[in-house]
Amino acid sequence: MRYEKPESTAEAVRLLANEAGLARVLAGGTDLLVQMKSGMVEPDLVVDIKQIAGMRTVTPEAGGFRIGAAVSGAELGENAEVVAQWPGVVEGFNLIGSTQVQGRCTMAGNLCNASPAGDAVPSLVAANATARVAGPNGERDVTIEQIPVGPGRISLAKGEFITSIFLPARPARSSDAYLRFIPRTEMDIAVASAAVNLTLGEDGTVTAARVAVGAVAPTVRLVEPAAQALIGTKLDEDALAALAAACSAAANPINDKRGTIEYRTHVVGVLAKRAALIAYERAGGRK
Amino acid sequence: MKSIHVAATINGDPAEFVCEPQETLLDVLRNRLGLTGVKEGCGTGDCGACSVTVNGRLVCSCLVLGGEVQGAEIGTIEGMADADRLHPLQQSFIDNAALQCGVCTPGILVAAEALLKKNPDPTETEIRYWLAGNLCRCTGYDKIVQAVQDAAQQMRGA
Repeated sequence: MRYEKPESTAEAVRLLANEAGLARVLAGGTDLLVQMKSGMVEPDLVVDIKQIAGMRTVTPEAGGFRIGAAVSGAELGENAEVVAQWPGVVEGFNLIGSTQVQGRCTMAGNLCNASPAGDAVPSLVAANATARVAGPNGERDVTIEQIPVGPGRISLAKGEFITSIFLPARPARSSDAYLRFIPRTEMDIAVASAAVNLTLGEDGTVTAARVAVGAVAPTVRLVEPAAQALIGTKLDEDALAALAAACSAAANPINDKRGTIEYRTHVVGVLAKRAALIAYERAGGRK
Repeated sequence: MKSIHVAATINGDPAEFVCEPQETLLDVLRNRLGLTGVKEGCGTGDCGACSVTVNGRLVCSCLVLGGEVQGAEIGTIEGMADADRLHPLQQSFIDNAALQCGVCTPGILVAAEALLKKNPDPTETEIRYWLAGNLCRCTGYDKIVQAVQDAAQQMRGA
């Protein structure tokens, strides 16, 4: 195995594109090193992207934030501006692993690991965030939901990697929330999860919404009917019931040791309702 | 396989080592630098026995490559005591009998020190969540939490 730490995006792309064997990108390493240890992945080349300018910084851009691909959970959790604007994004990200894992893990890594249960992903989808992808043909911006295509599989081509994630500008009276269910209190993988991102009008009516669900399908899913169920309402009981029903209808989970199909399908709706109420209150809505 | 030469600061002292590309910081600390206070429990980031700080940030050294720490400041359990004077956390773990076999203890002390630097007056809940990535199979955790609380109180008074 070769270990390289290029100082530019172009050099990283060149290394990744020219490697004849298996190449892997290293940012936080909290998935990659575990996979290497178990022998699941045996890279010929590891490209550490942390020396590239911008990978470890959060920069205000167009009213939103550009978050470098190697920014850790601990670092983002200490960024008061991002926490204020996007509490749901940060709380999802900060649920990954332990304090030690938070010291290293990244949102781009969670996205590219492509677990259906990745805790950073549903809130990014609900936020309408985009990933900036660098590759042999230059840079492109891709919506988060386009990155994973199935468990452990992503849409990036050879030589491509994510350089940053962009969280867009927020209208007034907007907020978000993320909830997952795990049978323990900490350090576990989501059985089902939901993220809700809302904007309210002056009277507290929902004017815009995005809802995403995790761990209930091969990839995290954006649930447009769930968002439609909330728009034009003040989250009355009927709206919340329609939200839950839409999320359950979008679920296509597996049976495994952590949860049954029936359980996950039901619980994802419950989590979406609760997350919607939290996002509503954070956005300044009064129930 | 090309070896990597790395210069870093460990517990305040300059250190240099040569390692293989796939070698973890944990293996470098234990096998090349003799810092065997850092323990390998699971080797996959679940147990926290290999906890160290890299540039002040608490991490599992089993999930860091040796080659990544060029120029970094690393803190391990060996840097915690002031010569023969134990750190208040170390003394408190002894006073509270907060260890039995001791394999998890260095990692827990390093993690607890990182917590108290960030939050000198943590609640019991905050301590338990912060240390959720440090597994102990002997104590049942109550004595560990008590030891951290006692040390925190003492350090605030100091």
